Amino acid sequence: MVFKLGDGVVLLLGGLFIAWLAATIWQGGAADKAIIRSGGKIFRELPLNGDIEVSVPGPLGTSIIAIHNQQARIASDPSPRQYCVRQGWLKSAGEIAICLPNQVSVELTGSQKKYDSLNY
Amino acid sequence: MTASTIKLTTTSEDHHIARLAAVALGLTVLEAAIPSPLPGVKPGLANIIVLIVLARYGWRVAAWVSLLRVVAGSLLMGSFLAPGFFLSLAGAICSLSALGASMHLPQRWFGPITHSVFAAFAHIAGQMLVVYLWLIPHSGIAYLLPIFATAALIFGTVNGLIAARFMDNGAKQNLESLQ
Repeated sequence: MVFKLGDGVVLLLGGLFIAWLAATIWQGGAADKAIIRSGGKIFRELPLNGDIEVSVPGPLGTSIIAIHNQQARIASDPSPRQYCVRQGWLKSAGEIAICLPNQVSVELTGSQKKYDSLNY
Repeated sequence: MTASTIKLTTTSEDHHIARLAAVALGLTVLEAAIPSPLPGVKPGLANIIVLIVLARYGWRVAAWVSLLRVVAGSLLMGSFLAPGFFLSLAGAICSLSALGASMHLPQRWFGPITHSVFAAFAHIAGQMLVVYLWLIPHSGIAYLLPIFATAALIFGTVNGLIAARFMDNGAKQNLESLQ
């Protein structure tokens, strides 16, 4: 018999150990606040535990920022290339979406900041 | 002309160990040709030999084979005394300790797969410790730990399975024909 019962237990424990490692090492700092900026100035600071849409005026028009389920995103924006919209939901502290042409950004912050900024 | 020759007396056990280490070396060279997605993620095929040797001839012979493989392998690869050599050595020492401990688990329940998985985890733990203490003293390398641990679990299992199959399949004759 090649595969023994104890081997299965060891493999299972090994898998659990890796899951624990990944969970502790890879978790981004939990975000609890979104900072919305317009034209370089703070427009509003919102807690993430709400369900809200905010309209932010900029030089090109109005950007809409949505907060839902402890996440934030830019739901719509008049900028031509839509990079910040396509970035999707921001989850962990330090993540930021910037709509440069409309000078609007949303940044997530937490109690402990793990990264200065995150970009993709 | 040489005035005198140095003759070492060798026992048949020495020859035996050398043959087994040569097989492990062959696998080391073979493995060097396999491209790796990330430095440090390697299957560790030579450990199949170490596992079989451990089960058949005991820990002492396994340690000889493993350490000889590290030294001679680094000579073949041209990495003797380079950082990679010390990483291999640290990995080998740690996995040999893990093998020494896990071989005492009840054999009814735990086989070569268990030994191999423990050895693989110890191997990468030892290497990461050396990397952290000596080469890259930055806590950022912890970010790679889950990847290395996953590789250790997968390759440890695969090597253990191969070793177990070898021992099961009457490959005994194959190995003993080498002696």
